[in-house]
Amino acid sequence: MFSVLQYQFIQNALLAGSLVAVVSAFAGYFLLTRGLTFAGHALSHVGFAGAAAALVLGVDPIFGMLVFTVAAGIGIGILSKRLNERDINIGILLAFVLGLGALFIALYNGYAERAYSILFGTILGISKNDILITSIFSLVTLIALLVIFRPLLFSSFDPEVAEARGVPVKFLGIIFLILVAITVSMAVQVVGVLLVFTLLVGPAATAIRLVHKPVTAIILAMALGLLYTWLGILLASGNNWPVSFYIATLSFAVYLPVRLLSVEDRQDKEATV
Amino acid sequence: MIELLRESFVQNAFLAGTVIAIVAATVGYFVVLRAQAFAAEALSCIGFAGATGAALFAVSPLLGMFGFTLLAALGMGALENRLRGRDVEIGMVLSFALGLGVLFLRLYTNSASEAVGVLFGSILSVTKTDIVLSIIFGIGTLIILAILFRPLLFASVDPETAEARGVPVRRLGIIFLLLLAITVAESIQVIGVLLVFALLVAPAATAQHLTKKPATAILLSIILAVAFTWAGLFLALASRFPVSFYIATLAGATYFVTVGIRHRLAPHRLAEMAHHHP
Repeated sequence: MFSVLQYQFIQNALLAGSLVAVVSAFAGYFLLTRGLTFAGHALSHVGFAGAAAALVLGVDPIFGMLVFTVAAGIGIGILSKRLNERDINIGILLAFVLGLGALFIALYNGYAERAYSILFGTILGISKNDILITSIFSLVTLIALLVIFRPLLFSSFDPEVAEARGVPVKFLGIIFLILVAITVSMAVQVVGVLLVFTLLVGPAATAIRLVHKPVTAIILAMALGLLYTWLGILLASGNNWPVSFYIATLSFAVYLPVRLLSVEDRQDKEATV
Repeated sequence: MIELLRESFVQNAFLAGTVIAIVAATVGYFVVLRAQAFAAEALSCIGFAGATGAALFAVSPLLGMFGFTLLAALGMGALENRLRGRDVEIGMVLSFALGLGVLFLRLYTNSASEAVGVLFGSILSVTKTDIVLSIIFGIGTLIILAILFRPLLFASVDPETAEARGVPVRRLGIIFLLLLAITVAESIQVIGVLLVFALLVAPAATAQHLTKKPATAILLSIILAVAFTWAGLFLALASRFPVSFYIATLAGATYFVTVGIRHRLAPHRLAEMAHHHP
């Protein structure tokens, strides 16, 4: 199995996959602590509509994805604060944008396969150029997240107090969603729209269950994300099954026992609150 | 255009589309009321795995979707009480279901057009059997909802008081999830996995912004959903763009325009409402 490592396309896949896994785990941690799971899901799907639009216009799909996801991220950030109404708004916005995606697919006369490779991921067909773009955006996102790390953490856990102390909570929220949008646009190349969500949410969800300190949880999430991605790529190179299927299954298989074993602990804590 | 209406595939589409729109709008009212939007989204993605995995069990995609979504609804209902951080749990199940869907798609689906059908709907090409099944399950769902209407409404608006008065809140929640599963599987045929929200949630959310009375809101929601579906079908027949694009655009635009107008007209009243229902 390890002999596949000498192939260029496997090396490219591992490199791009690692970058995406690290950034996704980082952003995913905040996504979960801020209760934005659904927003993460919506942003990844919005990326598909963006990619379809880019195909119609004849530009690189990554630019279409960036434009659409960043716009949607700002939109979600501005839309209502109340949780219940926010989910409804996100859902309807998602359907609306994907309706446009359906239109672009219909307008696009080229290979529908190309659009679908965006949906399902093309990690084993990634080019040197893709890696360059991925590296640049990963670094930018990582640095931005590190810069806003402390105030973002503060405003995620206790928005009222943070607001009172002069932290620009709403502004940070929008900046964060823009960073998620960038992360999603990159990650789409690796695992595809349908499973970006896995890399964002899976590692962070498991890490949050296991440790309480934010920094430790983020590092653990990154380690898990890297592990799933590497194993997924290696397993997929052995047969014809999709990488994203392996990554999603590994992530779920690790999460499930962790979740079930930590039920008691959690309920005790809830009872004391 | 008029000639097209004589074609049996067009008549079938109108028939099935209307029944499904009515069911989705009614069930959608409770989805919005119970704040289960994300659960609906998860069920639709599980429907994707069901539709692509149907070939594995040699059944039609509709039956595959019924099977997968009903099972998932049972699982979600059984876990619901224990789960406070439901968002994350739903998300994990969702990502696993998508992974399976991608695998099934690779293994059992031969053409890209089948994938398009599942993702964006294929109301103009559903089979007779699926239409008959949709109508039977749709009417069944409506009858059960009519029977459960009062206790379900009570349990959705004020679960604690309902529980205290002896309403089986938990059991109602599970039954509702099963009805939601059937509705989602049916809606996927019309509008596809990716756009279920346009039919299920948008009309009901718009209606709830316009009126507070449950019966009026449900009626309005049904009128909107049927109008979007018919308009979508007519427009799609007249042009070469997909039905689901028109339905999603009409539904989304109507919702956001309604919300925008209401915010402009009565910002203080909205704030008051937010205060009463935190």
